[in-house]
Amino acid sequence: MKTVFKRTPTLKDCPTHYCPGCGHGIAHRLIAEVIDELGIRGSTIGIAPVGCAVLEYDYIDVDMIEVAHGRAPAVATGMKRTNPDKIIFSYQGDGDLASIGAGEILHAGHRGEQITVIFINNAVFGMTGGQMAPTTMADQITATTPKGRNVAEEGYPLCVSELLAVLPGVSYIERCALSTTPNIRKAKKALKHAFEQQRNKAPGLSLVELLSTCPTYWRMSPADATKWIDNEMTKVFPLGRLKG
Amino acid sequence: MVEKGQISIGTEERVLMCGNEALAEAAILAGCDAYFGYPITPQNEIPAYMSRRMPEEGRVFVQSESELAAINMVFGASATGKRAMTSSSSPGISLMQEGMSFLAGAELPAVVVNVMRGGPGLGNIAPSQSDYFQATRGGGHGDYRTIVFGPSSVQEMADCISLAFELADKYLMTAMILADGFLGQMMEPVVLKKRPSVELPPKDWALTGAKDREQNIVRSLWLGEGVLEDLNFKLDDKYKQIQKNEVLCEEYEVDDAEIVVVAYGVAARIVSGAVTRAREEGIKVGWIRPITLWPFPTEQISKAADEFRLFLTVEMSTGQMVEDVKLAVAGKSPVVFYGRPGGGVPTVEEILDKIRQLTLGAKT
Amino acid sequence: MNLLVVIQMAGKININIERCKGCGLCIMACPKGCIIVSKKSNKNGFFPAKSDNTDCTGCGACAIICPEAIIEVFHNQSSKIETIAEPAKKPKLSLMKEKA
Repeated sequence: MKTVFKRTPTLKDCPTHYCPGCGHGIAHRLIAEVIDELGIRGSTIGIAPVGCAVLEYDYIDVDMIEVAHGRAPAVATGMKRTNPDKIIFSYQGDGDLASIGAGEILHAGHRGEQITVIFINNAVFGMTGGQMAPTTMADQITATTPKGRNVAEEGYPLCVSELLAVLPGVSYIERCALSTTPNIRKAKKALKHAFEQQRNKAPGLSLVELLSTCPTYWRMSPADATKWIDNEMTKVFPLGRLKG
Repeated sequence: MVEKGQISIGTEERVLMCGNEALAEAAILAGCDAYFGYPITPQNEIPAYMSRRMPEEGRVFVQSESELAAINMVFGASATGKRAMTSSSSPGISLMQEGMSFLAGAELPAVVVNVMRGGPGLGNIAPSQSDYFQATRGGGHGDYRTIVFGPSSVQEMADCISLAFELADKYLMTAMILADGFLGQMMEPVVLKKRPSVELPPKDWALTGAKDREQNIVRSLWLGEGVLEDLNFKLDDKYKQIQKNEVLCEEYEVDDAEIVVVAYGVAARIVSGAVTRAREEGIKVGWIRPITLWPFPTEQISKAADEFRLFLTVEMSTGQMVEDVKLAVAGKSPVVFYGRPGGGVPTVEEILDKIRQLTLGAKT
Repeated sequence: MNLLVVIQMAGKININIERCKGCGLCIMACPKGCIIVSKKSNKNGFFPAKSDNTDCTGCGACAIICPEAIIEVFHNQSSKIETIAEPAKKPKLSLMKEKA
């Protein structure tokens, strides 16, 4: 029997705390696979966000740091500037990156920091119980929009990738979806390209936005959640390579 | 402005520099790998100076988008084992409090400079000492302390930051320089010397990429039962050790003094002028000048209070360090306060009058 | 007699049922529909995915979508070799030799 698919070494062989069908688990595996395929485990430093993925260092076996909510791009700047030969990646959720950390990601891109940012967009604050996030869809019911997000009151879903794409300091942006197997394959390609950018010392910030499921707080089955991504979320957050 | 090469580093030659720049050059001398800062008066000379000098040394300078980002950049650089610092003034330091709590929780070394200005709120840009509580009690969340230096001359600005880098690496925590607008802006001759190198704990916890070793994790989230409690007690032990070993304090003619004036920083300079003139008038007065504001020289002041004396605390605030003096004196002697807040600066005459009044009071 | 031999890939997956959270994404992703929900719950109380591997081609779609990364995929090249076609006419002998 020939093994064609098994766990990659940088992904620790342990149970995760994520809810059944949560996209974080897929994203972690893709990152670990990319790190192993590029052979950069020994020079990679990861930044865990504040959010469901705060315990990322329990799953990805590289040097990692846990930082204040939203401040990862600033921490990454401090790390990369003083260690230009290291591969720095920041893994952030939509609350972390688009809400409290909006200033930090904007300025990291503005300065063209040579870091790789993985932006998990699951349209809610997961860790704290499914509150509205900047990327919550119109009319989406969350813990803080019980009657559905009212755009007149709470504004429209924030398209961060489009916002950052206009910055000259940002060199690569792609939005993918962790919804179906083909989409996940594309996501891995995008992640690999983003990490390669940094490894090849290409100038500018690279960011991959991953539309990801949150079955628990979307109140859907994991399968339905993947369909909701493909049918609904992609209308507001179109997939594809926005830059670079 | 001092051009590179003009500064005689490591020799005894005195150079005329403003406090902010002397501090910056001393930081470079101390091996500061990275400076992250944001413009705010009255400390603007520091980022300006660093933006020119750090690249000359092949080191990192970044002007961040906010003070909040700056302290997090320090957090990142420090986590990889580098010596990192930031500087700001009162409102900016308030923005850094969350970061400083994270530095304490993750036990990372860092140096933070606060060139204080009048507050609260936007306040003004005049010198002040109104951030004493924030610095020594910790403005961030959680049980933590910060090593705080109160320099009172341009020379001490340089000496304190050199020592700050050393203690930060020794105890894996933040060391803060609590200066003020005066000290930052005024120019005085200063000798810039490299501190003798000392044995410091190796940084094998640093994030350098898990090459041929287990992953290193820098974190401050401890969810397990009792785990954070253990960490807090571990930090507390560290702080107790610092309280025992690292206090710096200076005193002048306290032995026969009936009145002891306690002051730090620029206020202490003004006090020393007043005390000298009071001595000339035959008043038995001395002063005690804490150089480390945390750890506070509780023992020294308590010892001075064993004999009945009258303690006068002088600060450029409405009274913050006076509480630490009261704690140290512990009721053994009376403690009075004289202060000028909001950028007000006491004059020698004001303090001299105050001492004279106290002398009359003491006699009746 | 020369046979045109076509090896029909036979696949097999192995799911670590104790770590499965029964999210069902692999069931959705499997093009052959040969993954089902097990009737027996695991020690965490989830009803894990189970495959009887009858039609599995080893495409790996399930492993790629699994959030827990607990599916291993194997290709079995030997036991399922079937002759599915005979050539209409005899190919030139030399061609076969060169290829062999």
